[in-house]
Amino acid sequence: MTAAIAQNGPAAAKVAGPSANSSSSTLARHRQELGTFAVTLPFFAYTACFLLAPTVIVVIGAFQTRDGGFTLANFNKLFEPNTLSAFVTSILVSIASSVIGTVVGGLASYALVIGAKPNGLMRRLVSAISSVLAQFGGVMLAFAFIATIGINGIGTMLIKTLTGFTVNPNWLSSLPGLVTVYCYFQIPLMIIIFLPAVDSIRPQWREACESLGGNTFQYWTRVALPILAPRFISAFLLLFASAFSAYATAAALFSQRSILVPLMIQGAMRNEMDPNQQGFAQVLAFAMIIVVAIVMLLSHAVEKRAGRWQ
Amino acid sequence: MNETSATVATVAAKSAMAGETGTKPPQLRAARIRKQSIIKFVILFITLAFLFVPLIAMLVFTLRHPLSGRWSAAPWIAIFTGNGESLGADLTVLWQGIGTSLALCAVTVVIMLLLMVPTMVIVHIRSKALERAIEWVATLPLTIPAIVLVVGLGPIYRWLSADVLSTNPIWLCFAYVILVMPFAFRAIAVGLNSIDVKTLVEASRSLGASWPKVFFRVIIPNLWQSILSASFISIAVVLGEYTVASLLGRMNLQVALYQLGQSNSQISTAMSLLALLFGVVLLVALDLISDAMRKTREGK
Repeated sequence: MTAAIAQNGPAAAKVAGPSANSSSSTLARHRQELGTFAVTLPFFAYTACFLLAPTVIVVIGAFQTRDGGFTLANFNKLFEPNTLSAFVTSILVSIASSVIGTVVGGLASYALVIGAKPNGLMRRLVSAISSVLAQFGGVMLAFAFIATIGINGIGTMLIKTLTGFTVNPNWLSSLPGLVTVYCYFQIPLMIIIFLPAVDSIRPQWREACESLGGNTFQYWTRVALPILAPRFISAFLLLFASAFSAYATAAALFSQRSILVPLMIQGAMRNEMDPNQQGFAQVLAFAMIIVVAIVMLLSHAVEKRAGRWQ
Repeated sequence: MNETSATVATVAAKSAMAGETGTKPPQLRAARIRKQSIIKFVILFITLAFLFVPLIAMLVFTLRHPLSGRWSAAPWIAIFTGNGESLGADLTVLWQGIGTSLALCAVTVVIMLLLMVPTMVIVHIRSKALERAIEWVATLPLTIPAIVLVVGLGPIYRWLSADVLSTNPIWLCFAYVILVMPFAFRAIAVGLNSIDVKTLVEASRSLGASWPKVFFRVIIPNLWQSILSASFISIAVVLGEYTVASLLGRMNLQVALYQLGQSNSQISTAMSLLALLFGVVLLVALDLISDAMRKTREGK
């Protein structure tokens, strides 16, 4: 990289000076643009190899027969009851955990900001813990919940000795259990996403509202919520995408059952040599790209609206 | 006490008399703030309880043997002495995983910095259009989930390990650079936008500095805080990565934790707790760095 800059150096030096006068300026500008592009080449080449190529492989694989011809037959497996139910479960868990995550996380970030010092210890610590839990937890979050309400979990033991009630050991792999585990990274994610939005609320707005005779209810319904709404919706969509594509936690919780789409991809990848499974992993991955892309596009559109208030 | 409340009452009465303008009497505002702080406390308490209960349960779980109910620090002793024999656990997998993950952190950070910093600096000075293109590409991995990426990486890695490199887990770094790119991009972009790169470059070029000199003696020293925060966040991402490593059949810290969890869940839970703690320390440091960055910018 640095070598590229060094090589680029003399050429750039000639044109970068103020002496680049009108006669040679177009040529100089072209050379400069070429030089700039040359410096970015390694970046684009690298992302082409390890980001573009895998995506293209997934998309092509979804439409390919065993001997390389074009087919749509792979998509038939997408509409089998097993696959459909995995998609339904995935989407349900994602929606439920995102709703809880946005509401609780939104309230928590409001509570963290309002009436507190901008860089208090509480806020620093909570946002650091939130980032760890939201982005880097993975397998470790599964362990946390196994230790809490797994078969030998501390919570399970406590409830049993205190109330005599035995928690169903399979509760964690049921739908409500899964939503609880997902909330454990969704709420922190919402806190980190939403803190800047709450920061942008100015106390002057409330004062203005009050001096014009508005009460708390009117302030929230007429001022704060309409301003926050687009940010809130785009945060919800981001949370949905994160839950929908989460793999590690679920994989560590259930080693055998493929009740979510990412777990189904895992199963399909392991059985890739099975002729019945031809292109199945790629089709599932392709469907996931479509879902996440739609969600992200929606989120961008909503964020653009929000931009009017920045 | 009585007197003050009496004055407050008279003030309130006065302001109420002052007209129908709707200015709130001060004690109502105080009541609102009191109510607000109660609500605030309740919300924070519930949220933090939800976040901390599983972490505390993890700690208790490592100290209390689940079957016999005996309390002991054996898992922690096993980790810190590196000898798991007393618990009948083989820790070699764990050490192997930690070693790989640490090596991966180093290699990933180096490749990420070499790839991103020069490119982003040049593009920032020269071309707005290319800068936007790079931003789009660098944040794309947020849209393409790791589980999807790994389906496409499978054939690439099969070819890489058979014909070019080896099956050594260190080569996972190529995939990890992509995974950390969105986070690293943001960290570096913040730094670039906070200093006037163009003026710095023009000034040092007109004083006769060569490009490498400008880059290493002027730009890097001005960007070191964002470079550091980009590196920290990349380290945190790499240490927590499981999806790509497990599906490509390579060993790293998270895969080792998972495997160990099958035979000795106490040790793997203790190790997870340590890893989470390390992550929190890294990110608090990151926060302090960005704070220092903001201060120097405001100080200017």
